[in-house]
Amino acid sequence: MKTWVYIDHFKGEAVPASWETIGAAKSLGSDVTAVILGTGVDALAKAAFEYGADEVVLADNSALEDFRVEAYANALSPLVTDAAPGLLLFPTTSRGRELAGMVAIDLNTGVLVDVIAMELDGDKVVATRPIYAGKLLQKTVCNASPQIITVRGRIFAKPEAEPGRSGTLTKVDVNVGDAPTTVEGYGESTGGVSLADAGVIVSGGRGVSNNPNLTPPDGMSDDEAEVWRAQQGFALITDLAGVLNAAVGASRAAVDANYIPYANQVGQTGKVVSPDLYIANGISGAIQHLAGMRNSKVIVAINKDPDAPIFKMARYGVVGDLHEIVPALTVAMKAKLGK
Amino acid sequence: MKIVVCVKQVPDSAANLVAENGVASWGDAPLVINPWDEYAVEAALNMGGDVTVVSMGDENAKEALKHALAMGCQEAILVSDPALANVDTQGAAKALAAAIEKIGDVKMAFFGRQAIDGDAGITPAQTARVLGWPALTFTASIAVDGDSVKVERSVEEGRQTVSANLPAVFSIVKDYGEPRYPSFMGIRKASKAEIPLWGLTDLGIEAPASVVEWPELNNPPAKDVSVEIIEGGSPTEIAEKLADKIMAEKIL
Repeated sequence: MKTWVYIDHFKGEAVPASWETIGAAKSLGSDVTAVILGTGVDALAKAAFEYGADEVVLADNSALEDFRVEAYANALSPLVTDAAPGLLLFPTTSRGRELAGMVAIDLNTGVLVDVIAMELDGDKVVATRPIYAGKLLQKTVCNASPQIITVRGRIFAKPEAEPGRSGTLTKVDVNVGDAPTTVEGYGESTGGVSLADAGVIVSGGRGVSNNPNLTPPDGMSDDEAEVWRAQQGFALITDLAGVLNAAVGASRAAVDANYIPYANQVGQTGKVVSPDLYIANGISGAIQHLAGMRNSKVIVAINKDPDAPIFKMARYGVVGDLHEIVPALTVAMKAKLGK
Repeated sequence: MKIVVCVKQVPDSAANLVAENGVASWGDAPLVINPWDEYAVEAALNMGGDVTVVSMGDENAKEALKHALAMGCQEAILVSDPALANVDTQGAAKALAAAIEKIGDVKMAFFGRQAIDGDAGITPAQTARVLGWPALTFTASIAVDGDSVKVERSVEEGRQTVSANLPAVFSIVKDYGEPRYPSFMGIRKASKAEIPLWGLTDLGIEAPASVVEWPELNNPPAKDVSVEIIEGGSPTEIAEKLADKIMAEKIL
């Protein structure tokens, strides 16, 4: 089946899930055309070939400099109509989701979002997607063409890049039309490793504020002192994350108590993640948190309460005080990793 | 200024979901307004206009509408039709867009970032596309100046400032700020509210063709793990043992 893969990028830098999506398309036995929109993004075409694309369709237009979903949809929908691929894949990023959704409206078809498995049934893709944050798995099909699917990151293997591999590059003109938004600017990057791409996540819960050996500065209210204690606890977690090149996560309880910003929240009302290693510190394991991290390959739980539900999900557990274990683990991992 | 906020009724996030004969069951867990929609209601109420809350679903969805009314929305409308029972996201977007157009003269339409049941997160963008309005999604702050609007979006790479003209569709993220609690007076008012029901005939559209099917629903495979508790000795000794176990997994 003729398959197009949309290469999602931020300012010319592809998200890793874009290459994984090429791999996912290849696993269905398809020849893959990568479609790239932007300006000054020729390097992405080269990379797409190296990651396995057989053809690249590239639209370079100054109106596509910033990702604006309406502009990108205006450009992409006619290209897809003309080429008529049977399958159109996107990586599941906020951009990929919305662009897929708008193109589905334009082309009067459907979209299967955040898919973790695909199998062919004739020329139909039967896709599996987690719903209720992974508490259930839905099998789903799209009965119109193209079948549009967004593929979850870190599920399909990223193909090995073959340096020098090449293919047919087609540069196309696009009409961006009326795009109703203007990007005024970007705030400072939040820095650190993003939860979505992270191979390792170190998370903290309510337990991070329970260090009895800390004395908050004078003049703090009880609430302020609690947040202050929690921030000292998260500093330990951030140190460990630094050694493991990991993202910092948190439970909803920790976010709701203002210990850490919402961007760090893992769970059904935060981010659903699937790293290779997830270290849960002082997290009891509420069902909505477990839903968000249960697909991690190896889960380590450190908690004072031996009955905490998190231990049922973990491969390794330590019943103990995170304020003692985490710094010791940071030292141990630093030595093992030769840092 | 006329404002619409779209909400959905979903099983509580603490619910344990089980697939029973291909149907999702949440036992006796309560149905609640989608948690992310509460932020959308909060944002809608802060814009200083008349806010109409809209939900699509069966009679149960009236509870989500009443929650939004109790928070302070002025009117509620339930979009409900047997032909919409198993509609896909495209169909839902078309029905919601038709409702927003029927309300008329709407300047801002608010959504939560996604619903915690279906988790697709594309209804705001798709509804905007059907309406031909800009989609200002993942919005954390909003400044309106006449007919123009500037928002701060919270995306993977950080914050992005975007401007557009009204009317526009917004999806709101948790960074926007905590939603208010329903007031006592609000709850009383909501309990007495008459909620009109709009079917496809009222919306003036035909049943949207639903091209996405979901023939199977399964429980995730049980996680086959038994925890190995690392114990014995000082924190340093425990950490050393744990570090060895982590290294032996060959995942770093």
